[in-house]
Amino acid sequence: MDSDSSIIRLFNVSKRYGAKYALKDVSLDIKKGEFVFLNGPTGAGKSTLLKMLYLAEPVSEGQIIVNGMNLARISRPKLALLRRRFGMIFQDYKLISNRTVFDNVALVLEAAGEKPGYIRKKVMHVLRTTKMEKKVHSFPPMLSGGEQQRVAVARAMAGNPSIILADEPTGSLDADAAQATMDFIMKYHEKGATVIIASHDIQLISRTVKARSILLKEGELQRTATML
Amino acid sequence: MNRYVRRALVDIKLNKFLNLLTIITIALSILVVSTFMLFFQNISNMVETWNHGGRVMVYLDNSFTMEMVPEINAKLKSLNNTKQVFFISKDVALNNLKKDMNSGSIFFETLSENPLPDAFDVRMDGVSSFDEVTLFAEEIKKIPIVSEVEYGKTWLEKFLSIYGLFKVAGWAISSLFFLIALFITANTVRLAFFSRKEEINIMHLVGATDSFISTPFYLEGVFQGAIGGIIGLIVLLISYISLSSGASDAVASYIFVDIQFLSFKYILIIIAGSTFLGWFGCYISLKQLLK
Repeated sequence: MDSDSSIIRLFNVSKRYGAKYALKDVSLDIKKGEFVFLNGPTGAGKSTLLKMLYLAEPVSEGQIIVNGMNLARISRPKLALLRRRFGMIFQDYKLISNRTVFDNVALVLEAAGEKPGYIRKKVMHVLRTTKMEKKVHSFPPMLSGGEQQRVAVARAMAGNPSIILADEPTGSLDADAAQATMDFIMKYHEKGATVIIASHDIQLISRTVKARSILLKEGELQRTATML
Repeated sequence: MNRYVRRALVDIKLNKFLNLLTIITIALSILVVSTFMLFFQNISNMVETWNHGGRVMVYLDNSFTMEMVPEINAKLKSLNNTKQVFFISKDVALNNLKKDMNSGSIFFETLSENPLPDAFDVRMDGVSSFDEVTLFAEEIKKIPIVSEVEYGKTWLEKFLSIYGLFKVAGWAISSLFFLIALFITANTVRLAFFSRKEEINIMHLVGATDSFISTPFYLEGVFQGAIGGIIGLIVLLISYISLSSGASDAVASYIFVDIQFLSFKYILIIIAGSTFLGWFGCYISLKQLLK
């Protein structure tokens, strides 16, 4: 395994809630620019694995290295820096309902301390990419599920992250909206970003070009395969 | 910094009721504290004015003769803090008393002899405390011919002990109100924090630091504190103007001192204190919540 090109490495990672394992002894190596699907039935541990990558959940056993940083030793200020390297997309969009589309996307850049001029330009650029520029002053509750997810994708791209983590990004969408969301993610991946998507949607996986599929079942890694 | 101010103002707009509640609480607390400060400032001015114009009446015993006046006058003038010395003979004293008490003129005609003693009226200069007046009086008492020295000791002591009691009560009540305001401010921040818990979680997820999240809260606290302080002072000023317009002249003529509003220094201290209160309330809550 060529560890130099690896962006994420998991060494015998387990996650336990009491006596029950949500994830057990998982070792993985994800390379820069790879497109990875984590799939498996509900409760397989897909979301748990993603959550551990952005440290929403601590690891019970084992180690995770992201971009050379050992997550077990990361300080709170560095955690914020780590999360800025990720673009995150969630099934429930996680948009702030009392802020406009513009403000939701701008949040990532404001948190990174970018200048207002750059923020304005960048936000409008990513909203044009996801075809949401006309809704810039709308509030999330005024948008359809598909539109909200496009705003979430725009927010994920705004900070130019090297890794996109998506947890069931199409889970709440109809077929067209799901395809549109995947297209935006694919386009961003083509620029060189690493993409990890947790999804149980097999059809979605089969439509995606050259992705590595990792099958999880009852918290254990069952199979890893590259789809052409 | 502008974006933090903008976010703080947006947050205040979104949580109008909570913010209004905090501002009113701070304003009420500041009103109570500043009322006490106003009271103490004026009492202190009054005591200081009285002390600066310290006056001692020196009564002489029956062995006194008019030949002794220059000698006693010189002795009194040689004392520290003596500004002026006036001799008041028993006859002058009786005449003055008769003038002051017109209705009692028949009573005075029945007197076979003048019961009043000869006296000296000693005015003091540069006195800064009541203790100095007491020491001054003690020095005068050492002059053999002096039978009694009167300087309002008893009532002034009573007044100062009541003033001291008010001072302690003022401190206690002010501290209590400060704690209440602090408690409510801290809990308002806590409520605001929980009402925006999801928003804060999202901020953390997209890489916001604790300071990025907490700065608008601190600014809100500072705004609330400053606005609450200013409102409290405005209410006090309005009350002062409406009450003093009628009462001040009467009170001032009685106590020989003008009732004055808080000095600029005290106003600044009160606004700085209320601003600190808002900030400190935030600090207490966020220290726990952002662990």
